Amino acid sequence: MVELALPKNSRVRVGKTWPKPQGKNLRAFRIYRWNPDDGQNPRIDTYWLDLDDCGPMVLDALIKIKNEIDPTLTFRRSCREGICGSCAMNIDGINTLACIKGLDEIEGDVRIYPLPHMPVVKDLVPDLTQFYAQHAAIMPWLETKSTPPEKEWLQSVEDRRKLDGLYECVMCASCSTACPSYWWNGDRYLGPAALLHAYRWIVDSRDEATGERLDQLEDPFRLYRCHTIMNCTRTCPKGLNPAKAIAEIKKLMLERHL
Amino acid sequence: MSFRTDRARVAGLGVARDGVGHWWAQRVTAVALVPLAVLFVIPFARALGAGREAVLATYAHPFNAIVAMLFIGTAFYHLKLGLQVIIEDYVHAKAPRAAALVANALGAWLFGLTGVFAVARIAIGQ
Repeated sequence: MVELALPKNSRVRVGKTWPKPQGKNLRAFRIYRWNPDDGQNPRIDTYWLDLDDCGPMVLDALIKIKNEIDPTLTFRRSCREGICGSCAMNIDGINTLACIKGLDEIEGDVRIYPLPHMPVVKDLVPDLTQFYAQHAAIMPWLETKSTPPEKEWLQSVEDRRKLDGLYECVMCASCSTACPSYWWNGDRYLGPAALLHAYRWIVDSRDEATGERLDQLEDPFRLYRCHTIMNCTRTCPKGLNPAKAIAEIKKLMLERHL
Repeated sequence: MSFRTDRARVAGLGVARDGVGHWWAQRVTAVALVPLAVLFVIPFARALGAGREAVLATYAHPFNAIVAMLFIGTAFYHLKLGLQVIIEDYVHAKAPRAAALVANALGAWLFGLTGVFAVARIAIGQ
């Protein structure tokens, strides 16, 4: 829903500034904090770290803050190498994975917020239940009708190549939460991540439900809220191109009408 | 507090089975408007400020009149499609949304038809 100003209880206030450590290579981290239990507004806390005594990635800094300064700082992380998609957050103004975003890529203070326009569970943890439900809705599995072959569904090398740039998506939600159309109409628009996955199965030569998949997308909101703003492609930490996948779906939609 | 599941909420009222026509029409009219705008603006600019007789003579010419009518019709159709997307994007309350969508469609017809009628009257005569 479009809101020009944040509701009163969501306005971000200045938070606590934690003590500076000793060291030459100090860096400030301004991090969004919100606790559902204390009834307070969100706030920006400032932490200081000596980068000479810290790992190279933003996630290293977050873990160091949690371990050594403030154990209440809450965030998701798991694989620490850009394959699980857990630590997606808004860093230095762009959605990305904290584990593969280098501190040397950021000038000045490191500003860290949760993914935009999602309900916040706590601090840097957004509520992604709707996002996951949208992924489930596009039937992210191989759908077949023929009798299954004895060994496996075969696919040519060229057809397999069509899945490159699609199968690598780790569902971190950076793209969908960077999309203004998803911000305003995320309840009806499926968003770039779900649509990229939809195309991944539409274009899979082994799948036998292409028509049904297109049927499920032929909607002014589910698919056509994409106005090729391209924030999705710009922000994708894996370098994928959801905007192109959506454009390909629109081309197929047209193809079956003309 | 709602106990509807997330899957039920995402499914919503199902697919509208619509949108391709709108999307395609928006693109076709956009491309059509490129030559139409050029062909419309040239005689229009020449007639501009040249007095009533010159304007009447310009649009008495069938080519100029047809181009002008096509341009006005296509431009208002394109405008209607674009405004509709903006309303759908930003207006969420049910009643204002329906009112805005209807006003947009009727407004496009009103102004588009008025423009076409005006040119036709010059071209075909009083």
